[in-house]
Amino acid sequence: MQHPPNSSRRQFLGLAGGAAVLGALPVVIVRPAEATPAMLASAIQTVTGGAAVRIGKVKLDIPPLVENGNTVPMTVSVASPMTANEYVKSIHVFNEKNPQPNIGNFHIGPWAGRAQVSTRIRLADSQKVVAIARLSDDSFWSASADVIVTLAACTEEVN
Amino acid sequence: MASALINVPAKAGRGDVIEIKTLMSHIMESGFRRTAAGEIVPRDIITSFTCRYNGTEIFRADLFPAISANPFISFFTVAKESGKLEFEWVGDNGFASTASASITVE
Repeated sequence: MQHPPNSSRRQFLGLAGGAAVLGALPVVIVRPAEATPAMLASAIQTVTGGAAVRIGKVKLDIPPLVENGNTVPMTVSVASPMTANEYVKSIHVFNEKNPQPNIGNFHIGPWAGRAQVSTRIRLADSQKVVAIARLSDDSFWSASADVIVTLAACTEEVN
Repeated sequence: MASALINVPAKAGRGDVIEIKTLMSHIMESGFRRTAAGEIVPRDIITSFTCRYNGTEIFRADLFPAISANPFISFFTVAKESGKLEFEWVGDNGFASTASASITVE
């Protein structure tokens, strides 16, 4: 009677281990290109209108490990002289795994002096956060950060 | 009556870059949570925040459910003239609130 349950447990563990390896591999390989789910990609597309998004200029300050996903401090700053000819038009922040890909859109201009915005956000899971800046010449620049969340937001029941 | 906290320097030199910090008391119910009975709690969030400096819009934000409760937003502007900064929050279920702060530029 002991044998069948044991062997099925072993099979299960073997399968689970294999699945984990399979699951981990694509993440490692694909990340530089398009590891982002479709919703995130389409939300970014809505903002950029299909224009190329280059990596750089944007700095996304967010803790790499957070205990409580209900309130995660976040600061986005963009390297820009903020003059009348060269400034940041807007900053857009997205996430990968919340129920909705948008976090916030922030519209600024040359009068801001410094292209920097801070707020507090919710993260429903450990995931990637992406910040995109639209510059005065309508080019798009981005930065992303991975955040590990111990207590997720949004999913808990209301009492 | 919703309450807001605004932090604007009372005095600034002309041309200084100043930081403006705002906090609005609001539940920011995401619309994705369920009660114990399994019903979705309807969304109730602030969707838009605007700041005007002597009548000119200097900052606008579109907010989504991923912004935490009691949304805190900080941003920068150049202190160009003495006057008034007006803040406006607009949200679901007819939520609207305003606040203002004055600044002296020397």
